[in-house]
Parts: sequence; C-alpha cells; structure tokens
Amino acid sequence: MQPLSNIESLLYFTPELLLVVSAIVVILVDLGVKNRESATVAYLSLAGIGCVFAAVLLTHGQLGDRTSISLFLGMIRLDAFSTFFKVLLLLATTATILFSIRSEELDAQLKGEYYALLLAITLGMFLMASSTNLLMIFISLETVSLTSYILAGFLTHNPRSSEAAFKYITYGAVASGTMLFGLSFLFGMTGTGDLGQISTRLTELLAAGEIYPLAVLIAIIFVLAGVGYKIASVPFHMWSPDVYEGAPIPITAFLSVASKSAGFALFIRFFYSGFSSSEVMQSVDWTLMLAIVSALTMTVGNLAALPQQNVKRLLAYSSIAHGGYLLMGGVLLTSEGIGAILFYLVVYLFMNLGAFYVVVLIANEEGSEMIEGYRGLASRAPLVAGAMAIFLFSLTGIPPFAGFFGKWLLFAAVLEQGYYWLAFVGLLNSVVSLYYYARIVKAMYLEAADEETASTSTPFSTGTFALLSVFVIPTILIGFINIFYTFSNISVSVLPMQ
Amino acid sequence: MLLSLMIFVPLLGMVAVLLLPRESEELVKRVTLFFTLIPLALAVALFISYDRAAAGTQYVVNVPWIEAFNIQYHIGIDGLSVTLLLLTALLGPICVIASWRNIEKGIKAYMALFLLLETGMLGFFAALDLFLFYVFFELTLLPMYFLIGVWGGPRREYAAIKFFLYTLFGSVLMLVAMIAVYLNSGAPGARTFDIPTLITLAATEGHALNNLNFQIWAFLGFFIGFAVKVPIFPFHTWLPDAHVEAPTAISVILAGILLKMGTYGLVRVNMAMFPQGMDFFCNGTGTWGNSLALLGFINIVYGSFCALAQTDFKKLVAYSSIGHMGFVILGLAARNTEGITGAILQMFNHGVISGMLFLLVGVLYDRAHHREINGFGGLGAKMPVYTGITTLAFMASLGLPGLSGFVGEALSLLGAYDKFKMLTILSTIGIVVGAAYFLWTLQRVFLGTLNPKYEALPEINGREILTLAPLGILTIVLGIWPNFAIDMFRESVTNLVNVLQAI
Repeated sequence: MQPLSNIESLLYFTPELLLVVSAIVVILVDLGVKNRESATVAYLSLAGIGCVFAAVLLTHGQLGDRTSISLFLGMIRLDAFSTFFKVLLLLATTATILFSIRSEELDAQLKGEYYALLLAITLGMFLMASSTNLLMIFISLETVSLTSYILAGFLTHNPRSSEAAFKYITYGAVASGTMLFGLSFLFGMTGTGDLGQISTRLTELLAAGEIYPLAVLIAIIFVLAGVGYKIASVPFHMWSPDVYEGAPIPITAFLSVASKSAGFALFIRFFYSGFSSSEVMQSVDWTLMLAIVSALTMTVGNLAALPQQNVKRLLAYSSIAHGGYLLMGGVLLTSEGIGAILFYLVVYLFMNLGAFYVVVLIANEEGSEMIEGYRGLASRAPLVAGAMAIFLFSLTGIPPFAGFFGKWLLFAAVLEQGYYWLAFVGLLNSVVSLYYYARIVKAMYLEAADEETASTSTPFSTGTFALLSVFVIPTILIGFINIFYTFSNISVSVLPMQ
Repeated sequence: MLLSLMIFVPLLGMVAVLLLPRESEELVKRVTLFFTLIPLALAVALFISYDRAAAGTQYVVNVPWIEAFNIQYHIGIDGLSVTLLLLTALLGPICVIASWRNIEKGIKAYMALFLLLETGMLGFFAALDLFLFYVFFELTLLPMYFLIGVWGGPRREYAAIKFFLYTLFGSVLMLVAMIAVYLNSGAPGARTFDIPTLITLAATEGHALNNLNFQIWAFLGFFIGFAVKVPIFPFHTWLPDAHVEAPTAISVILAGILLKMGTYGLVRVNMAMFPQGMDFFCNGTGTWGNSLALLGFINIVYGSFCALAQTDFKKLVAYSSIGHMGFVILGLAARNTEGITGAILQMFNHGVISGMLFLLVGVLYDRAHHREINGFGGLGAKMPVYTGITTLAFMASLGLPGLSGFVGEALSLLGAYDKFKMLTILSTIGIVVGAAYFLWTLQRVFLGTLNPKYEALPEINGREILTLAPLGILTIVLGIWPNFAIDMFRESVTNLVNVLQAI
C-alpha cells in the first residue's frame, strides 16, 4: 500500500502529537505552580497519558480492515505491533509517574522538567516501536538516549547519580556512533533507508553476487551494538548496573522495563523486516550469533547478580539476565518466538515494576537499598513482603505465577526450533537466579529486623497497597487468561515473516 | 466435582485462615483442622465409592483452561491416585494436630502455607494434564521452602534453599522433557498435554512419541526431575538436611507425601508414557539395562548403612526413608504385576510408617529438646505407652511379617527376583541392616538404665496418641489384610503391565 503523505499522516499521528502537547503544558503549568511540594504536574502528566492512551486506541481503530498504514512517506508505520508496544510503554510510564509521586528521593525543585522529560522519552519510544526507516530509527533511538542521560543523572545532590549519567552518555555515544556507521553501510549497499526495500535489495544483490555477505554481517553487528546497548545485552551491558544503581529508583524501573521493551520493538522490526528473507539468511546466518549473545547475556547477568548486596543493583543484573531470556525468542525466525517475546514483555512489565515499587517503598522507609533493609519485612509489613515474594518468584519463573508462563512460551519456541542447548542454558540460569532472588525472600521472611527498624517503621498507606495490587494481580493471573496469548499473537501476525 | 472440591477446599481454607485476626491462634488452628478434615471425608468417600472392578480413570473432569496451547483442567483418579489421595488427606489433619502446640511463632502463616501445600499435593495426584501436573508439582515447592525455612531448626536457611535448588534443578529438566513431549505430540494446533492421549500416542506405531531415541531422552528428563524428589542416589543429599531442620509435621509431609510424588510421577509418566524408554533402562541387557534396578539397590543398601551410622534420631529415620524408597524403585524396575503392586503398596506403607516415625521423634524431641540417640536410655520403664507405639513403628518399618511394611517389601523383592536375581539377593542386605539399626536404636533409647536427667519425662499425651493411632491401626490392618489397598489398584496395575509388555 502507498505510504500516506505528510499532511494525511497527521491524523494517525495524534498520540505522538498529544505527547508533545502534554510535555509543553507540563512545563508551562510548572512555571505557575507556587507550592513546589505539590504533585500537580505529576497528575497533569497522568491526565496527558490518559488522553494519549485514548488516542492510541482510536487511531488503531481507524486502521479498520487494513493491517497497517505507512505514515510520513514510509518513515513510520501504524500497525498492531506498534499499538501493542505503545500500550505497554504507556503502562510503564504511568507506573513510573506514580512511583515518582511516592518516591522521596526526587528534587522538588525540578519536578516540571522531570515529568516533561518522561513524556518526551515516551514519545521517543513510541517512534522506536513504529519506525521503518533507517534515519527514523536512529533519530528515535537518540531521542530516547539523550533524555535517559538526563533522567539518570537527576539526583543532582548525589554523586552516584552524576556518575551514572556520565557513564551512560559515554557508552551511549560510542554505541550510537557504531550503529550509525552500520546504518550507513546498509544505505551504501542498498541505496535506500526503507526496511522493506532493504530486504528486497539485499536479496537481489546477494543473489547476483554484487556485495560480500561479510559486509552485510559487519553492518548487522554494528547495528546490533546500538540495539544491544538499549536492551543491555552482552557485551554492551557494562553501563547498566552502574546506571541502574545511580539513577533514581523510578527511572531505574522505567529504564529496565520501558527502555528494554522499546529496544526489543526496534530490534524485532529491524531484523525481521530487513534481514529475515531466506536468501539473506543463507549467506549471513546472524541467528547463531544472536543465540550466543543471548546465552552469554543471561549467564553474565545471573552470575553477576549472585553476590550483590544492593537490591537495586541486584535487580539491574537480573534485568540483564531477563534481556538474555527475551533474546532467546529473537533467535528464532518464527512468529512463536516473537509472540513469546511480546508476552514475556507484558509479564515482565508487571513483575519487574512491582519489584521496583517495593524497592521504592523500602528506600523511603530505610533510606537505603541494601538487602539488610529487608530483614524482617514479613513481620513488619506482611502484605508488602508477600507481594515482593510473588514478584521475585515470578521473576524466577516458578508456577503458578505469570513469569513461569512467559518463560514456558520462550522455551517452547526455542525447543521447537531444535535449539536444545540454548534452552538448557536458559533453564539452568533460571535455577541460578532462584538463589539470589531467594536471598531477598530469606531476608524478608527468615531473618529478624534490627530492633531499631522494627520500632521506627511506619505502616504503609492504603494507596500503597492499592498500587501494589495493580502489579500483584496481573503477576498472578496473566498466565491463566487466554486473551493475553491471543493479543501477542495478533501483534506478531502483521510483521513480514518468512 | 467431588474431586475438584477436595483439591481446592484447602485453598479456600488458606484464604479463610488469612482473613482471621492474627491474635486468635486457637481459632486459626481449628479452622485449619476443619479445612483438612473435609478433604479427608471426601477422600474416604472417594475411596469407598471408587469402582474397583473398572480399570480406567474415574471422576473425570475435563474443561479447557488455556486454549492457546490446548491446556486442559483435566483431573481424574485411578486406583493408584486414589490410594495416595487418601494418604495425603489422612496426613493433613494429623499434621495439623501434631503442630497444635509446638509451632510457637506465626501460626497463622504456618497454617495458611500448610493448606496451600495440601492443595498442591492433592492436585498433583489427581492431575491428568501434563501442564497441570507440572504446575501442581511446583506449587508444593514454595510452601515447603517457607515451612522449612521459617519454622525449622538451627540450620533451616541452608536446608530450605538446598531443598529448593535441588528440586528446581530437577524440575527444569522435567520442563524441557515436557515441552519436547508437547511439541512432538502432533502438528501445530493439534498438540496436547493430555496424559491419557499422550499415552495412547506413545503406543501408536510410527508416531513421533513412539521413537525409541525420543523415549529414552524424555524418560531421562522426567526421571531426573522425579529422582530428586524420591530421592534416588545421587540426588538425595538434600533430604537428610531438610528432614533434620524441618518441624515435625513438615517432616511427616515430606517423607509421607513429597517423596511419593517422585515415585508416583515415575509410574504415571515415565512408565506409562515412555514404556520403551523404561524398557531400555530395565530390560536387564546392554549397558543400561540394569541401571534402574541398580539405583534401587544402591538406595536400599546405601540408605540403610547411612542410617546405621547416625546418632541423631531424626537423621536415622531420614536415611531409613532413602532405603525404603529403594524398594519402590526396585519393584518398579521389575515391571511385572508383583513388582509394581509391591512398589505402590510400599509407597503407601512408607507414607504411613515414616509418618509415625517422624511423629514419634517429634514427641521425644518436644520433651527432651534433643535427638541424640545415645543421650537416652531406659525410657521403656518411664514411658511404656510411647515405647509400645515406637516398637510397633520400628517393627513395621523393619519389615516384620504381620505388619504392613513386610508386604510391600516382600512383593517388590518377589517381582524383582524374576528379573534381577543378583541385585535382589544383594538388596536383602538392606533388610538385615534395617533390622539392625532399628533394634539397636530400640536398645539405646528404651532399654538399659534411665538417664537421671529424664526422671521427670512425661508420658505421651492424648493429643499425640490421637495423631499416631490412625497410622498405627493402618499398619496393622494392612499387614493382615493387604488386599484392602491392593484391591484398589489391581486393575490399574494390570493396565500398566499391559502397556509395558506391549512394546
């Protein structure tokens, strides 16, 4: 189908436009707010997100019978796949805003900028999930990266936060430079920036022997540097523990869930639209490389998480490991594999954000993120401890929690393609991960709190429990509800699969 | 319906217990007892109304659950599962009563977890869908981890995580095998987790599940998962730790039910679904033909000798469990009617007898606060009733004819002698050693001169007798009239033997 022109496209671009409007409104209103402690701008952002959410659904409804519409002369595409990720990202942003309201570590003076930046980063991620052109891919990636650098360094009084931002920007600059180089390779070989056309051109050129397969592989590796950096896969993961530890907790939660999801959206669209034709696969088998990266990512993440004493850092490593599990689904050129990734991302959103929310609560209470702070939580706050235990066991992949169903889908997809070794690596990693998740559970349930903490702790509010249950209930139930499986399968069906 | 009710009543009980105020401890205990008595009543009803002459599964419920993968909520019972369901439901209230006085902190959480555990166990024995089976199997892990880890002895944290890691390791291998079975069960869209269907497919000539190579690997995957649970040497090292640290009632469940989950899985999945794989490991020829029987033999002899060396009463009972589970493995390896009947009977008997033994250890521990066998002596005169019950349990466990332990072991050995003469003869060493350690313990604890420290040791009380009496009666009844249980699963065993011999 013909791509729509710029003017015609605007109608289908309302969600993104609304995000821009909300960000501007937040900044303007912030100027007039007298009481810096109030959460006005936060609630304003939430209202904006609500409008965007409605717009996403409405624009998707306008697709009608069409599976996809190409917008802005083929720059971005509106389809079930992008809508899936937009909804996911909006959920993550909403949760992050709610965490931020409750978190006590953020600077009251900078609230306006903070929420405006959150809306801006969401815009970038929206574009990451829908770009179909090399240039647009790069621009969206950079929008997200630049905004994350600022957000990671948002605790201006905390040197660790500044260090995190600095590390993030250094790694990020190298990664995106490398990626840009890879993209220019692709453009040079094919003469086009459109992913669909790249696929056709590469097939022709490789068949005619006009380009070296090695050149294509190099371009793929370079691009993978940029994407791998976003999803924190080995060997581009080094930034993430430091950034996750230094950044404000809501931002860490956001980066570990939303940034990863957007990275996977980009990854899937890029590789499956551009490089999955059988001719390309015959000359350049990039899936084995991905399989190795996936195995390494989960192993490194899990082994590094074992000795951690800081829960935030522990969850950072665990999030690297989860990137590895997710990549397993990407190794396979099947819709089952991609469907499994999407399903797992939904599950991961709830369980990981939930775990981070508990970290926020404990950090507010204890002023630290160390495991010792969790001692005796089960007797102090049984509901919070119970929720945390559910999140952690779900992250381990123990039934009946949703994490198990997510992992099950991934492993089933991997085994179906005969990658037995990869499934074994993944499963053994799950066993290893139990050990460090259980350390937190052990602290909460099996150890007693210090006298001091036990006496000074304040009970959590009803709002806290309400928000917790928003994460707990899906973590328990998603696996049992058919609609989520259907949802992720429909989203995959629109991708050009071989 | 009756079956579903039985499985989920404890879960309902868990919710009820969680809603009770934390202070009303007596109420919590009573409510828990009530919610464990209902499954017992239902189990007895099922046991009585079960049609012994029919071979197939009864009380079947089969409704779609996760349609995307053809996963069903499919439950039903045959003779084997109804026997184990009865055992589980019987040990439930007994353990609640046994926990009445000696759980000091967090009784509410303890009882809630116990009820969750009971749902997991009951569901496991009734599940007829592989996925459901796995979910229930894993569902027992979490409560067990907490029950050992929070309410256990001094090294509880180590024991709890060791138990958890070992079992999870086994079950992930099982998960791979399970997915492989699912993927090979048909074309995309026509795949199934349904155990009866899978058994039929695996017996169909030319089907992917019928392939010998596939059967061997799938057998191994499931086998390791179950072997950790049984536990079969060399996967047994978690067991002594877990038993020693766990509170009395949890030890009873661990030995009585959780170990049976392993052997039940071997029968339900490994033998029925992979008869060729089973044949490969049990046909007595080739490099691997004796391996299963050999493992059974190692369990018997090694477990017994380890028990002989223990001075901790509870550890002794724990190792004796390893030995007794060896008879189950040996009986199953024989693959004939006697062997399998013996193995199943031994599963049930061991559940009853080891339950008694752990309760008895608990009684002594509650009074003396240690379990050192050599630290006692002459208790026979001080606690005659306790001594009498202990002697009964010891005699049943060491296989005295007339008591239940004898029948199961004798049948297992009888079946195994047909196929593995040498190993069976050598396995009888285990019985001799078993007699030795039990009699020696009897002598050290109950005979000789009374340690003056224990002058004032009170006799076993009514509540404790209440927990032991039903088990003691069962031991005697099953010893005299084993057909009481065998009649239940005779047809199921015949069925299984037919499947095994069809290849």
